[in-house]
Amino acid sequence: MNEKAQKRLGQIVASVIVTMTALALISGCSRQDDRDTEKRFITIKGSDTMVYLMSNWAEAFMQRNPGMEVSVTGGGSGTGIAALLNGTTDICAASRTVKKKELDLAAQKNIHPNEIAVAKDGIAIVVHPDNPVNELTLGQLSRIFTGQSVRWSDFGGPDEPIIVLSRESSSGTYVFFQEMVLKKQDYMQNAKLLPATSAIIQSVSTDKLAIGYVGLGYALATKDKVKIIAVKANDNSPAVMPSDQTVKTGQYPIARPLFLYLNGEPQGTVKKFMDFCLSAAGQAVVTDTGYVAIR
Amino acid sequence: MKAAWKEKAIKLMLFATASTSILIVIGIFVFLGKEAGQFAIKPGLKELLGSRWMPVSFQKESFGLLPLITGSLLVTALATTLTIPFGVGAAVYISELARPIEREILKPFIEILAGIPSVVIGFFGLVVLVPLIKSSFGLSTGLTALAGAALLALMAIPTVVSISEDAIRSVPASYKAASLALGASKMQTIWKVTVPAALPGIVAAIMLGIGRVIGETMAVMMVTGNAAVITASPFDSVRTMTATIAAEMGEVAFGSIHYRALFCVGIVLLLATFGLNIIAQKFLKRYRMG
Repeated sequence: MNEKAQKRLGQIVASVIVTMTALALISGCSRQDDRDTEKRFITIKGSDTMVYLMSNWAEAFMQRNPGMEVSVTGGGSGTGIAALLNGTTDICAASRTVKKKELDLAAQKNIHPNEIAVAKDGIAIVVHPDNPVNELTLGQLSRIFTGQSVRWSDFGGPDEPIIVLSRESSSGTYVFFQEMVLKKQDYMQNAKLLPATSAIIQSVSTDKLAIGYVGLGYALATKDKVKIIAVKANDNSPAVMPSDQTVKTGQYPIARPLFLYLNGEPQGTVKKFMDFCLSAAGQAVVTDTGYVAIR
Repeated sequence: MKAAWKEKAIKLMLFATASTSILIVIGIFVFLGKEAGQFAIKPGLKELLGSRWMPVSFQKESFGLLPLITGSLLVTALATTLTIPFGVGAAVYISELARPIEREILKPFIEILAGIPSVVIGFFGLVVLVPLIKSSFGLSTGLTALAGAALLALMAIPTVVSISEDAIRSVPASYKAASLALGASKMQTIWKVTVPAALPGIVAAIMLGIGRVIGETMAVMMVTGNAAVITASPFDSVRTMTATIAAEMGEVAFGSIHYRALFCVGIVLLLATFGLNIIAQKFLKRYRMG
């Protein structure tokens, strides 16, 4: 074997060894179990709506409890619940309650989802700032999103089609809106499903004929780009703008509780974190983030 | 003796690394088939033939794949029609007409285009292209199949350019010389001799470009509006198979019918790309032999 070939062979062997080591490390990490008795690291996974809130909580919590670590990831309420059922997260953040199907699956896996309401969120209806429509009833919203009314002229707007924007079906907000506003009817098939809240704001701010729904915190933070519509519970009730106050008192009709789910009773660091979320300081974080405190 | 043993071990190790990909491909087929198979048992494959995709519903969940398949087809077909003139045109220019200095500049830029992450292209599409399409075609919204196709064309062009260029370059110089000697102009030679001679390679390049396009997810998901409707109009919103899997896989309850339906979508997608790759390979082989 000449020198060059030997050198080349050496390189190949070295790269194989590096790959093998990397693979071994990766599999080693995933095998590592985090069921330590003195657990100082907790993970939270779930609702995209709640990601801001969770990371603000995590930050405030870590500041108060040096040495403890909280990691937060999004992905959607369903993703979080799936992770809780698979034992890959300690806490699941969810903007909807657990479905019957998921409870059945939990029972199979011997996991006991423990639901704790930690904050409230209003869902704001947003349109383009130039849209002349200022208020809609829940019934009208239902007709728009199910496709029974397709023109703005039905609601005092221009004689143009309504562009209906919705979140993807993986979003907790999608399911909540469907249940609460559409009264469990299907969305119209022409509704455009956008992958993120930011995409809805982006589209509503450029499409004059678009209508969409987003979490209140997000809507308030971007209210210079979009117009928030006042909502009437029915034809005779007053039109209410979404705000902290109106969501808390229940005057604003499209509001929902936000939950944290645990497996069984909280213990150790998880309990400490839960206590913090429900404390006065924790609820102040809720208000700062744009959601509504429940205590 | 010792050296021979060592060599054997190394050979074995390399063989193992080389065959990993085969194992992975088989593994993917088995894995997809396992979940999709359970869908075939209950509710049955007939469910997939419907024209309604409504997986989250309080009324009746429907898993008709037709709107997703036509969505992917429409976006892919549009992207291909946009890609061919740009991709082949650029390849002809770079290989036949460009001066060396131009080539030095053009090639790296086209390669950079191939390296831009698709999320970034999608974001560019959402912020720049969608409003542009809306205003230039006078539409009520720019979230359309056309927007997705334009972004996909952007991603497919580098593949088409580099493989077509390769094909055009490998046309023997004697063909061109003969054509020029017969009095044909440079342009006549390019379009009547060089490009036809390189055609199998160009077709293969286009096929590989389509393969990339049909499997692309992020950028499409951001700009097509994702409404699951059956349409042939480039100005309608469509929902592609890839966007469906990406958007819904995260939420879906494991082992549910919806979960299995997504695996069926995956199989359809896999078969489509698989078929395209085989056709592309056939053409590539022909031009390498020719």
